[in-house]
Amino acid sequence: MSDPILPVTRRALLGSSAASVAILTAGEAKAGNVAASAASIRMPVSLTVNGTERLLTLDPRTTLLDALREHLQLTGTKKGCDHGQCGACTVIVNGERINSCLSLAVQHAGDEVTTIEGLGTPDKLHPMQDAFVEHDGYQCGYCTPGQICSSVAMLKEIARGVPSHVTGDLDGEMRATDVEIRERMSGNICRCGAYSNIAAAIADVARG
Amino acid sequence: MKFDAPAGKTIVDDPTVIGKSTRRIDGPRKTTGTAPYAYERHDVVSGQAYGYIVGSAIARGRITAMNLDAARKAPGVIAVIAATETEPVGTSPFNTAPLFGGRDIAHYHQAIACVVAETFEQARAAAALIRTTYDRDAGDYDLAKVKDGAKIAPGWSVPEDIQRNGNFAEAYAAAPVQLDQTYTTPDEAHAMMEPFATIAAWEGDKLTLWTSNQMINWSKRALASILKMPAENIRLDSPFIGGGFGGKLFIRADAVLAALGAKAAGRPVKIAMQRPLMFNNATHRPATIQRVRIGTDADGRILAMGHECWSGNLPGGSAENGAAQTRALYSGPDNLTVSYISRLDLPEGNAMRAPGEAVGHLALEVAMDELAEKLGLDPIEFRLRNEPERMPGDPSKRFSGRHLVECLREGADRFGWSARQSRPASVRDGRWLVGMGVAAGYRGAPITKSAARVSLDNAGRVRVETDMTDIGTGSYTIIAQTAAECIGVPLDQVRVDLGDSRSPVSSGSGGQWGAASSTAGVYAACVELRRMVAEKFGMNADTARFEGGRVVDGKTRRRLAEAGPLSAEGQMDYGDFQNDYDMGTYAGHFAEVGVDAYTGEVRIRRMLAVCDAGRILNPLSARSQVIGAMVMSAGSALMEDLVVDKRFGFFVNHDLAGYEVPVHADIPHQEVVFLDTLDDVISPLKAKGVGELGICGPGAAIANAVYNATGVRVRDYPITLDKLIDKLPDVA
Ligand code: FES
Ligand code: FES
Repeated sequence: MSDPILPVTRRALLGSSAASVAILTAGEAKAGNVAASAASIRMPVSLTVNGTERLLTLDPRTTLLDALREHLQLTGTKKGCDHGQCGACTVIVNGERINSCLSLAVQHAGDEVTTIEGLGTPDKLHPMQDAFVEHDGYQCGYCTPGQICSSVAMLKEIARGVPSHVTGDLDGEMRATDVEIRERMSGNICRCGAYSNIAAAIADVARG
Repeated sequence: MKFDAPAGKTIVDDPTVIGKSTRRIDGPRKTTGTAPYAYERHDVVSGQAYGYIVGSAIARGRITAMNLDAARKAPGVIAVIAATETEPVGTSPFNTAPLFGGRDIAHYHQAIACVVAETFEQARAAAALIRTTYDRDAGDYDLAKVKDGAKIAPGWSVPEDIQRNGNFAEAYAAAPVQLDQTYTTPDEAHAMMEPFATIAAWEGDKLTLWTSNQMINWSKRALASILKMPAENIRLDSPFIGGGFGGKLFIRADAVLAALGAKAAGRPVKIAMQRPLMFNNATHRPATIQRVRIGTDADGRILAMGHECWSGNLPGGSAENGAAQTRALYSGPDNLTVSYISRLDLPEGNAMRAPGEAVGHLALEVAMDELAEKLGLDPIEFRLRNEPERMPGDPSKRFSGRHLVECLREGADRFGWSARQSRPASVRDGRWLVGMGVAAGYRGAPITKSAARVSLDNAGRVRVETDMTDIGTGSYTIIAQTAAECIGVPLDQVRVDLGDSRSPVSSGSGGQWGAASSTAGVYAACVELRRMVAEKFGMNADTARFEGGRVVDGKTRRRLAEAGPLSAEGQMDYGDFQNDYDMGTYAGHFAEVGVDAYTGEVRIRRMLAVCDAGRILNPLSARSQVIGAMVMSAGSALMEDLVVDKRFGFFVNHDLAGYEVPVHADIPHQEVVFLDTLDDVISPLKAKGVGELGICGPGAAIANAVYNATGVRVRDYPITLDKLIDKLPDVA
């Protein structure tokens, strides 16, 4: 790649990534030399992925999802829609679950990212991964990494007392009830319809 | 080997591995993100460039001009292939809508260009620079409008002779009790979670596609005809498929454009079709209008059964045969089942999970509920009174194995059906109106030839290779179980390689035939391997027992490993005797719903399916197939609806935000019971598929439960709250 690498500070980088979003939006209306010029920019970004610091030089339009899948070749995180509609791309960033297709990689400088590969391996499954296998909480497997990352972070939300739409008593002790689990997991679509089994797997882990 | 008579004694009659609930052997890979799906195969070939598809902005007409200059000059762009510069690609028996090339537009979002660039971001930005102008033609987009000019549908799924037996019109007119109702179902999308995706690479005139496809051999042949090249120069590889539901039975634009793009770019190209293109670019389940007429005597015995179904498609496309199950479900001497088809200029309609039957049940099984009420009969009792002895739509056929009565009885017991109030809107739980519903389920159990290679190494390990696919159905595991059972080794000694077109040709995954067919093919290969092992050991293959990694014949006892390495191929073929039977699968589906008395919101409270599908090879994954289908059926009953823009001819809600499918919060705990049955007509394994049985009936059970809860009968799916709210009982 012959594109120049711009040495930038984190502050400048965040500023310009916001600008590049604006440019892309304008580019839609005006066709695009503007969009085209943005394409020749590369930016460095450093983030910690599954405990290892990774330095990447990226087109600022690269989503966190594509940085993981295409640049780090961590393809466990899935792209179902690229529009924040399905949850297949769920990863855990600084302890919170997010749709990684909805944020640009350069927004995550310095962040701690945990992907499905960071939870466990085929020989050493994370308890949630094991529970999914035990309860057959998947079929095609494409939504599965997102479901698992989401559920691991979701149980921590409950432990932290973060309420949901179905939480009845905001002051009382919060529990991983069936209704809470189903409500809080509703951002993760499973078209194979493994919901009943996924809920059982999560409930198993929640019970400890 | 040939299966030409009902199974007698087989080598799996006392199974220790098949039939047992078994964790999937591919589970650890799927749950750790290490199972490679099509777009993710960085390791298979280097230098992969990125392709981005542009779709047509009109539904019908011609491209007048495409301005490609800006895109070609954009940073990182390697190649742009455009419809105006490309001869139309070939067709195949598996595709109706044109996939690419030429100026004519047959449907909205038909692929018209593909930009190949160094990065995804560059390809996407450059694709946005392409300017296209069109001459728009008028088209037909409204099924209700074109319905009256419909023709009787030809093709595989449609009976041509609409009056197989008796005279429906006279019998119906003379029947003392009659029901005549019309139901509509909307267009639906497969919306599988993994987009269509392909990496294509050329090596001279040889093409390899790492892709996501249910039917490897069909698609290899189709691609040969589409790209006008010899099939033997094409390799497809699809070890993991992120859902298909019929949407990935055929070659789609991603595969064609990756192949053409790779040729133009002189490098491998990877493409995942963008989600917002998928709904209009590819296939969908066509909308239907269904008229059901049933005439009975005063005791509820069916005298005349009529089910007509109208749907539309592009020229050459098939019909959605909603009347299919009506030929098999209930007795009735005069049986009229027919599908009509009209031309519509919407995207191509094609198979989606249980094509025909899935929507057919939404009409027939609600009609049965309506008629039971008219007769003052319990809906289960009404069905039991009409259990046929031979197939009503074709009395020359016997049923191979049919236990529908047991499904309904067992389900009634388990679900607590006796507590149902037959008067609608009579149960209240706080703000909820509560109701129960039942439906019968029928789905054909086709089986087809399938081949496999089974090898044994000198450590006693077994490897199975077949081009069979696992689309989430659990093929890996049931194939491993079958081999472990037949060769007598532990499951962890079996390795299964699927989805590679270089392997023996299987049934593929579709039409609920995959599990039964592919395991029968593996059985055939195992029988051959056993014969080779026995020969090597000087034993009699018919009397030798293969168990625990040993082969025992009389007093001789050998370690299986000593026979390796050996490799056997086998294929299971089927004799004509099966034509004498209707081979089907059966279910009793039950649902309980709550309908908000104030808002009309429907919440499913409980679901139960009692299934009869012969031997269940892996109850754990079979149950998943059924619950998944129940979820999809709940979606079609309550929310799924591809909304047609009838002026411009496209599906408006073409993404996962607008096309609503059930999510976690919509689905309660689901119960599935498998009756312990064996069907010796189907194959030596006596097993039938279940993946589509589960979508045949639950939606109707939900619809009937909504009626039982509210007294409001909605006959236009999906049953959304706007169709209920002004008819709900007064809130006391
Ligand atoms: S891929 Fe991010 S939400 Fe669908
Ligand atoms: S397992 Fe296929 S979408 Fe969830």
